[in-house]
Amino acid sequence: MTALDFSTTIGNAWFPAPIFTASGCASSGRELAQFFDLNSIGGVVTKSVMSKPRHGRPTPRMAETPSGMLNSIGLQGPGIDAFIAKDIPYLLEQKARIVVSIAGETVEEYATLARKLRGISGISALEVNISCPNVENRGLVFACDPDASRRVIDGVRRTIGGELPIIVKLSPDVTDLVHITRGVVDAGADAVALINTVLGMVINIETLRPHLGGKTGGLSGPAIRPIAVRAIYQVHAALPKLPILGMGGVSSGRDALEMITAGASAVSVGTASFGNPTALPTIQNELKELLIAKGFSSLRDAIGYAHRPEETDDN
Amino acid sequence: MAEINRNARQIKAYVVSNKRVGQYHQLILTIGDVAQQCKPGNFVAINVGGNTSAMILRRAFAISRVSVNSASGGTMELIVAPHGQGSTWLCSQLEGAELDVVVPLGTAFGIPTEPVQVLLVGGGYGSAPLFGLAEVLNARGCRVDMILGASTASKIYAPMEGKRAVNSLRIYTEDGTMGQTGRVTEPIQALVADLSIAVIYSCGPMAMLAAIDSITRGTEVVHQCAVEESMACGIGVCMTCVLPTQGADGTIAMLRSCIDGPVMDGERVIWDKVGKAL
Repeated sequence: MTALDFSTTIGNAWFPAPIFTASGCASSGRELAQFFDLNSIGGVVTKSVMSKPRHGRPTPRMAETPSGMLNSIGLQGPGIDAFIAKDIPYLLEQKARIVVSIAGETVEEYATLARKLRGISGISALEVNISCPNVENRGLVFACDPDASRRVIDGVRRTIGGELPIIVKLSPDVTDLVHITRGVVDAGADAVALINTVLGMVINIETLRPHLGGKTGGLSGPAIRPIAVRAIYQVHAALPKLPILGMGGVSSGRDALEMITAGASAVSVGTASFGNPTALPTIQNELKELLIAKGFSSLRDAIGYAHRPEETDDN
Repeated sequence: MAEINRNARQIKAYVVSNKRVGQYHQLILTIGDVAQQCKPGNFVAINVGGNTSAMILRRAFAISRVSVNSASGGTMELIVAPHGQGSTWLCSQLEGAELDVVVPLGTAFGIPTEPVQVLLVGGGYGSAPLFGLAEVLNARGCRVDMILGASTASKIYAPMEGKRAVNSLRIYTEDGTMGQTGRVTEPIQALVADLSIAVIYSCGPMAMLAAIDSITRGTEVVHQCAVEESMACGIGVCMTCVLPTQGADGTIAMLRSCIDGPVMDGERVIWDKVGKAL
């Protein structure tokens, strides 16, 4: 039996395994706990929480598309106070490693959320979601604007201090992803999460109007996986030391290995859980076996392996 | 112990039989011991299209009936209308086919502690879970009357053996091809009074459930309805199947029809806000 070091790090946070839930695809863990032990995966990334409770968008909120789906939830959630009171204690009880995802409508809201979380112990990292496509005005997606992205992260970094790793969740719907990534890294980000959903639309052929209540929605699932692999590869090529939490349509161990070799330090599984409640442990086991089969003794050796110079392929 | 999806298990099920019944398919699947956990109102989420399918989401179906000790062990019956790609695939599965199912999911119909008079109202294949419910209610000593409706005769699902647990069965079709011409909601008011109905159980299109609510709201009659909203996951993580509701304390919330439903108290649903922003 080959020993494999399956652990990974994001900033100063250590995780025993590299497979995480994806924000917005696992709520706060309670629903999936019936199907596997939340402590058995790398970490639980909670659904992006805002400062106030929020009802979200009207239904229909979902449309299945070939090898994917559109969602238009609109960040429905309990608000940060209820989240801290109920969800964090639950996850700590499960001994889950927690990555809290936050979302705001203004630069100040992000800083307010960071302030509320600053004193909470047991959080491994903070995901700052500046790329939710389901906000009222698409023009407000911070991740599409390098200056706005930088201001949000600057505000969060100043508020939270230097300890907790900040992972910035970015959108692939931009002209120059590396430019935006450099901006948030300059502002104090420790890592980036790539990618959020891709903005899309389905027209209902009966009504001949947009099918979703929110008209547009975020495309997820295997349909977007090559976009995610490309985004991870591009960012890793430009910033090889920057940890990347990779995601976008991962549904098997081989998919996760693609992202890791493209440059991801860890991989989130989102939409796959909708079709398969045990997707996370299954993918994690498949990845482990695949790494061993490929001759890796450590997950860390596989991170960015697809970028190695050609002359190293001598066998 | 999990707080949500407490009895749910992801298991391999096998098709015992698949028969066409009017416009529907009656599928019997083996589910083993899990059958003991299934209650009327619960649903099942099934993978469709096989491993290489472009359909990545499960399809949710109401469990119409379970048998804990059939010749094939624990089984469940589903009544499926082949109208989309996923349900059409499921209806094409032959005896022996293996399916990946998550079961049981969702809330169940509440059963009265006293033997009261109840009315079951089904629209289209929404009638399917009501026959299993009727048996449970009958065993509790309740007098069970049933009204079924559909646009046309071939969309009425009313198996002969299902009628045994029912005191009376009235059928309505919009085109008059079976039973009386009209909608199920038309006779409800009179029936509630004539039969001194304490609880209405309903399953069918949302418009039918809303119409029943307009009759029962503000009265002593309890309305337990199984709602229908499109779902991506069936286990509470995707947040797509929400309905606007108002709790007894006045709290307004978008509740998930997969874990807070499908069976809900009709009076809690804000019917005129379904599909609208809160």
